[in-house]
Amino acid sequence: MPIITDHLTYSYGGKKKSQTAAVNDISVKIDDGQFIGLIGHTGSGKTTFLQLLAGLVKPDSGTVYIDGEDIFAKDFNLHSIRGKVGIVFQYPEHQLFEETVFKDVCYGPKNLGLDSKETELRAYEALKLVGIEDEVFYQSPFDLSGGQKRRVAIAGVLSMKPRVLILDEPTAGLDPAGRKEILDLIENLCKSQNMTIILVSHSMDDVAEYADRIMVMNNGQIALDGAPGEVFRHREELESFGLSLPQVTDALMKLKDSGIPVRTDAITIDEAVKEIVRVLM
Amino acid sequence: MKIIKAEEVTFEYIRRDEDGNVESFNRALDKVSLDVKEGDFISILGANGSGKSTFAKHLNSILLPTEGTVWIDGMDSKDEEKLLKIRQTAGMVFQNPDNQIIGQVIEEDVAFGPENMGIPTEQIRERVDEALKTIGMLEYSKKSPNRLSGGQKQRVSIAGVLAMHPKCIVLDEPTAMLDPAGRKEVIRALRALNNVEGITIILITHYMEETIYSDKIFVMDKGKIAMEGTPREIFSQVDELIKYKLEVPKITLLAYELRKKGMRIPECILNVKEFTDALSR
Amino acid sequence: MFQDVTLGQYYMADSVIHRLDPRVKLVGTLVYMISLFLFNNIFCYTLAAILLIAVIAMSKVPVGYMLKGMKAIIFIMIFTVIFNVFFTSGNNLFSFGIIHISREGIRSAILMVIRLTLLIVSASIMTLTTTPNRLTDGMERLFRPLKLIKVPVHEVAMMMSIALRFIPILMEEADKIVKAQTARGALFDSKKLTDRVKSLIPLIVPLFISAFRRASDLALAMEARGYHGGEGRTKLYPLKYAARDYVSYVLLGLYIILIVFLGIMSARVVAHLTAENAYLSLIF
Repeated sequence: MPIITDHLTYSYGGKKKSQTAAVNDISVKIDDGQFIGLIGHTGSGKTTFLQLLAGLVKPDSGTVYIDGEDIFAKDFNLHSIRGKVGIVFQYPEHQLFEETVFKDVCYGPKNLGLDSKETELRAYEALKLVGIEDEVFYQSPFDLSGGQKRRVAIAGVLSMKPRVLILDEPTAGLDPAGRKEILDLIENLCKSQNMTIILVSHSMDDVAEYADRIMVMNNGQIALDGAPGEVFRHREELESFGLSLPQVTDALMKLKDSGIPVRTDAITIDEAVKEIVRVLM
Repeated sequence: MKIIKAEEVTFEYIRRDEDGNVESFNRALDKVSLDVKEGDFISILGANGSGKSTFAKHLNSILLPTEGTVWIDGMDSKDEEKLLKIRQTAGMVFQNPDNQIIGQVIEEDVAFGPENMGIPTEQIRERVDEALKTIGMLEYSKKSPNRLSGGQKQRVSIAGVLAMHPKCIVLDEPTAMLDPAGRKEVIRALRALNNVEGITIILITHYMEETIYSDKIFVMDKGKIAMEGTPREIFSQVDELIKYKLEVPKITLLAYELRKKGMRIPECILNVKEFTDALSR
Repeated sequence: MFQDVTLGQYYMADSVIHRLDPRVKLVGTLVYMISLFLFNNIFCYTLAAILLIAVIAMSKVPVGYMLKGMKAIIFIMIFTVIFNVFFTSGNNLFSFGIIHISREGIRSAILMVIRLTLLIVSASIMTLTTTPNRLTDGMERLFRPLKLIKVPVHEVAMMMSIALRFIPILMEEADKIVKAQTARGALFDSKKLTDRVKSLIPLIVPLFISAFRRASDLALAMEARGYHGGEGRTKLYPLKYAARDYVSYVLLGLYIILIVFLGIMSARVVAHLTAENAYLSLIF
């Protein structure tokens, strides 16, 4: 189920005042099963872009094709993509509302019009997928810890069985352990469920480690797009967008600048250790 | 002179169910003792639930110890007569930038503290302008806080505390909800306050890289002080830090791994520059 | 969908109206509102409208910005119009079945819309030109005598100012929750009323929880900054009348005299109308 955006443009205040285009003429293709890291400083248009992809706001011009269908066409029923494209907002636990964890996760599939048996089955699967234990199912979601709440909220989207999962800074406000938990979960969804992932993050380090394609947004446009190693080669450009390289890549590049002939495409610590040991020892 | 002195501080809270029966008995702080020298920049690190925020709230008499004593500039935090003086001496900045700005215009917000202290009008004016100038937000004094970035909002909150002329500012995860640029902005402002104004800073955070410039770091775990020392002393104990669920900066980890492989690198690397300098020598 | 509400919001500008003492604006707005209810004829409304337009012009608040705030109450307007048109008895203009539309009905509908518009615009020009803090300062001072009978004047004023501060934040939050629940398949625009009410639960519950969380955070922050009620507080901007405030009071007095005069005059004219020119009563 590839997603194609065609000259997608959106500005606040509608077409008339197009001086502040939040999303400006974006044309990209996102293939099945990709893990995309979307990066950009605050105000670069990331959140708006995501909302366009999920059909939550209408573009001023251009459109989005999902499964070959124009989702903003007049006769297209936007409700039908809710089960295909899932979106996890920032601080998703702020949208929990049901009395129990289980009921909350059932909300999405129920809205899709599924019968109660299928709904409950999906809720169960989703909660298992995010690692919530059975004894928590009938507790109030508001009694859980911060990390648990967030996983329940993500399960609330997963229970709709989306083919594409969009996450807007899913690790914001969590401590390192909680961050890693969530990122590993997302990676697992991509690998074991073959879900397409679009992950928005401020952390270059996170994105470098998990994504196989990085899109860098600046001023409402996709400024850089490619494999992590490829994107990180544009150091000056990234810096001019107010972004920094992952620390490991940065260190390797600086080593190279100072005359040590290391390759600079290592991203994880293990890779970097191997490379430095190879050259220096 | 010790600006803060905590002696065997224990804080317990009781959770009750709907009928008022005791459900659980939690010890958030367990005999915490620490001193802070006036003019120091102190960081308190810890994962979620380590008790670091509970401790912070003791420094401003928001919470009172179940056992033990906290002295703020020589005043016992339990002394109700001195409450206002304590709150003026140790100002506090919280996590969520939106939920601590009271005024709808920035200067009105900054004036809130001095107004509560009963400062004469002309002096409030001076204090507001001086605080906003120190923090670099003077040009925004007549603006609404709603349009500011997260980092700017936190700087306004800091100015609000500054206008009360505190000796010490306690910041409870002030950067947890900010993007990397906002985080840098706030930390830079804090360092300037510490260096130029000589104000004691107590920074509570779970981001290790923010603590590099501290005079002293305390690491908390399960309500206790688990480690204390200078950044170098703390950062060199990588295994310990990982045990306390802290995220060691990637560059420190990389250097640590290389050292384990037998490469000759100084024991503790805090940033990319130190790393490349060590290797290119 | 929620960003359009400008009622109760402050618009930053530097104008005479902005600089007026909040007490003048409060008293002025109150007197103005009462004046709209005293008389019900086109001349008085014209005078009231002229005054309001003059104030708006002086306030430097863009008219478009202000009208955007009116969108929120369009529903109430339409309701009023329908109510007046259909349920006022009098000379029938035309009728179909049981529905009768009378001259008086149309007249009172038109006047009602004018009155409502003037009311709301006057209230919003006050809030647009006065920061909530100044507004509540003004109220606190005006209502100070009530303290004698144990009315918590300062507390009420503080609560109002905080409520106003958090309106835009909660609006934004509501917008976000609507989008998140829409993505989870919620249909907020269902045809059936019961479904519609039910569909609001996933919006309202999170919004309330968020409001409570913010309230407790804010209480903590206020306490940490030494807030301990109104006792012994000083002000960055203490209220002090300036020359322009006295002038405004005088102008307000003139307005009252003028509108009472106009009201009485037109009432007398109506009383002397003969059968032949009775249609004129529609104007008066």
